[in-house]
Amino acid sequence: MSNPKTLAFAIMDPPFESARSTTFFRLLEIAAGRGYNLNVFAYEGGVHLSFEQQKAHGNGVHGTDVETEHHPLPKIWVGEIIATAKKNGGAVNWVNCGLCADERGIDKVVEGVRRGGPADFWKLAAASDNSLVIGTR
Amino acid sequence: MKALQIIETAYRGTLEEQDDTIIWLTHSMRDAGAELSVLLTGNAVNYAVKGQDASGLSFGDWKQTNPPRIEAELEKLIGKGVPVYAVRDDIDRRGLGKVAKVTGVQLVARNALAALLEAHDLVWHW
Repeated sequence: MSNPKTLAFAIMDPPFESARSTTFFRLLEIAAGRGYNLNVFAYEGGVHLSFEQQKAHGNGVHGTDVETEHHPLPKIWVGEIIATAKKNGGAVNWVNCGLCADERGIDKVVEGVRRGGPADFWKLAAASDNSLVIGTR
Repeated sequence: MKALQIIETAYRGTLEEQDDTIIWLTHSMRDAGAELSVLLTGNAVNYAVKGQDASGLSFGDWKQTNPPRIEAELEKLIGKGVPVYAVRDDIDRRGLGKVAKVTGVQLVARNALAALLEAHDLVWHW
């Protein structure tokens, strides 16, 4: 794409708590597949999405071991979104709110995610063609 | 001691957790000997509908191979002796009155809920 659009997203929700985080990743993937550049601002609980220490587990209730359960880990999805964008000519600029990460002990994140400040969402939105806040409840 | 688990918020993180977290918790506690019932109310009455298919989630090369199977988990709960109720008014309001339901789910009118709650020592509204 010669003139790709740039979209900004903000999310506050942590993984495993609602359908919003999954929906958020669905939107990112569609945009990444279209070659858009993505500016992502993860705020408050959203900094958990890229936490590198997420671990898959088996499930005694389901009777599955760790391999069969194949537990979803959003940190992997972050990597997939970054790879999909790159494959289609776009790029992902993923910023975690640093203060939010500090107060939650999120000190290790997957490759491609960087630390920023609260005002970064303003900057990311200003540098984008449009922006979407994933509203939380 | 008998507790009633009231589930009102439907599909809350179910794709990521591969289950409804409260149905899962009910399984775990039941397996440990707890006496529990489940009441589906609000949007969660949809959990009782048969034929749900949550497969197909994928991001890039990652594909979900073990999606949530909530109706099967409900059936298993009922099989373990956990009564599962659903509010009939909420089912009707959503046009699900004639839709096939998970076998064993008991429909209860909203104006009969007081008696159902009274029949339990503890009521946990998640």
